[in-house]
Amino acid sequence: MEQYEPDRPSPAPSQARPSPARRAALTRRSLLRASAGGVLAAGGVGALSACGIPPAGNAGGAVAADDHSAKEKTVSFSNWTEYMDVDEGETRHPTLEEFTRQTGVRVKYSEDINDNNEFFAKIKPQLAAGQDTGRDLICVTDWLAARMIRLGWAQKLDPANLPTAYANLSAQFRSPDWDPGRAYSYPWTGISTVIAYNRKALDGVEVRSVSDLLDNPKLKGRVGMLTEMRDTMGMTLLDMGKDPGDFTDDDYDAATARLQKAVDKGQIRRFTGNDYTADLTSGDFAACLAWAGDVVQLKADSPEIDFVVPDSGYLTSTDNLLVPAGARHKTNAERLIDHYYQPAMAARLAAYINYVCPVDGVKEALAEIDPDAAENPLILPDRAMAEKSRAFRSLSDKEETAYEAKFAKLTGA
Amino acid sequence: MSSATLTGTPPPPPPATPAAARRTTPRRRRGRLTPYLLLLPGLLWLLVFFALPVIYQASTSVQTGSLEAGYEVTWRFATYTEALADYWPHFLRSVVYAGTATVLCLLLGYPLAYLIAFRAGRWRNLIMILVIAPFFTSFLIRTLAWKTILADGGVVVETLNTLHVLDVTAGLGLTDGERLLATPLAVVCGLTYNFLPFMILPLYTSLERIDPRLHEAAADLYARPATVFRRVTLPLSMPGVVAGTLLTFIPAGGDYVNADLLGSTDTRMIGNVIQVQFLRVLDYPTAAALSFILMAVILVVVSVHIRRSGTEDLV
Repeated sequence: MEQYEPDRPSPAPSQARPSPARRAALTRRSLLRASAGGVLAAGGVGALSACGIPPAGNAGGAVAADDHSAKEKTVSFSNWTEYMDVDEGETRHPTLEEFTRQTGVRVKYSEDINDNNEFFAKIKPQLAAGQDTGRDLICVTDWLAARMIRLGWAQKLDPANLPTAYANLSAQFRSPDWDPGRAYSYPWTGISTVIAYNRKALDGVEVRSVSDLLDNPKLKGRVGMLTEMRDTMGMTLLDMGKDPGDFTDDDYDAATARLQKAVDKGQIRRFTGNDYTADLTSGDFAACLAWAGDVVQLKADSPEIDFVVPDSGYLTSTDNLLVPAGARHKTNAERLIDHYYQPAMAARLAAYINYVCPVDGVKEALAEIDPDAAENPLILPDRAMAEKSRAFRSLSDKEETAYEAKFAKLTGA
Repeated sequence: MSSATLTGTPPPPPPATPAAARRTTPRRRRGRLTPYLLLLPGLLWLLVFFALPVIYQASTSVQTGSLEAGYEVTWRFATYTEALADYWPHFLRSVVYAGTATVLCLLLGYPLAYLIAFRAGRWRNLIMILVIAPFFTSFLIRTLAWKTILADGGVVVETLNTLHVLDVTAGLGLTDGERLLATPLAVVCGLTYNFLPFMILPLYTSLERIDPRLHEAAADLYARPATVFRRVTLPLSMPGVVAGTLLTFIPAGGDYVNADLLGSTDTRMIGNVIQVQFLRVLDYPTAAALSFILMAVILVVVSVHIRRSGTEDLV
């Protein structure tokens, strides 16, 4: 069946004697050639050198953005998954609703942080271009908070809006070396790195220190370490009698060498992120470095999981609330920070998420909700526990790259 | 109407007036432009999502600097040689793992595709659905499921240990001790499992196109079944074999999820290195250079493969 197609290229005759129009027509090969040439030309010298990435950050420090808090009664808060209390239907966040009730400010809450590095990669282009990220408050781990402050990508907080937070912040968290006096950040939670073990998988082997993990031949291939450089290296440094808050390049190299030896003899099964919980529960890991908040939850689910705090001490890091540069609702964000420093709110949060609570005076409020949690040193550290806690010192841009590169080699990549 | 100007029929008398000439030219031009217009969406897509990222990464790979000081194009090609010197074992491992997984996929996939194409009868659709069904769940979930299935204390590992299979594989250096997870074997199996459908589907399409009467004709000419397969079926299915191996090998070579979840420190592939360099170490030039080397390695392997198998249908 022939159809009338006025624009259809002609059949046979013109093929035999190509007309000019025909010669110009498209064939697959000519197109491939042409586009390859085009890409090469476009990707030539000019285009390549035109790229380049401008220096990240603002040398002058934090940028103050226009604050629209008074007019727009809203605040947008980006947090990690499962880092906020929920009601029984698991759809609403009671402490956030309480904030809206008290202040009239609506909270746009998103759980869009899964990994510090990925989140940083996500917001970096906007921050580097001096644009609003659409987020007024973000929660990031201390090293990333330090980097953002260093780059001038965090706004300086106004103490006048943070009276409760200033009064109730625990002494342990008051002055990290990367943000003296908490000018830019307030901790959301403290994260303790301890050793967790699966009693069934250990089968009588005793684990008390990082040395046991690295050296005991009975644990060969059943030990887990963390992909977070600071946690794994910090715990190893502590085990070697060094202070992760004050160490030299040589100390770092010695700790790397110690771990490398364990890797080489197959002692360490895997370096993991959050997924160590699955390996620990299944017994593939007999023992591993672990974050205390997870251990509290794992323990509640499976009785064979427990933890030990090494005598040499343990590492505490923090997840911190920051107002990123360009945010439109800084005052509202500050009021939200202040809200969570009321002991009643902090207790409700701690009872749900089980991480270290950075707020003083929470014990009674927490005891009313969950008496066990109030006595748990992993949530409210007692004095003995607080004394063993160490923080990893802040690193310069150069150190960070060098240390991460050495650590990456250790993990096999 | 104006088809007369396009076909080979004798041209009409030359247009007498300029007006008549004007009437024919635009149509002719539109006719010539149509293929380009049709290509436009695809070309734009390629430009935005392929050409620009490639140029950007090419530029990144010859830059030096740091996050704080900024990056500048300094044409430092030493990044490439350094990256290759540091990470050649990872490249080698990626090629070996992806190659092994591709061969395994072919060995598993060919009989299955053959079965679906020629022998499945009314079960054909059901089997096809079963092949595609794993795609309904996420890649990550499926890989994590293997961690549960192959766990140290699990049934699979216990059975293999009772049969002393793992002693043999450990002797060959494929596994380590009495476990299956966190070994090279687990990573290769994970790759094979995850990319198997990409092998089966093209194999099936090219097998299904083969006219069964060719088999009958071969049999009529006294060819034994094995000969029919060797001389008729296999050569005619080569486009499917090539497409399947490409679709399996290329993504498997760049994969990092399987090595991350099912592997250990000594099974890391080049994808893991690139991920760590980009996201953790923040050494963007090295990461970009590694990506380009990976692209080159895959291009070389693939073009040798295509030359060898002599299939022009794909290029």
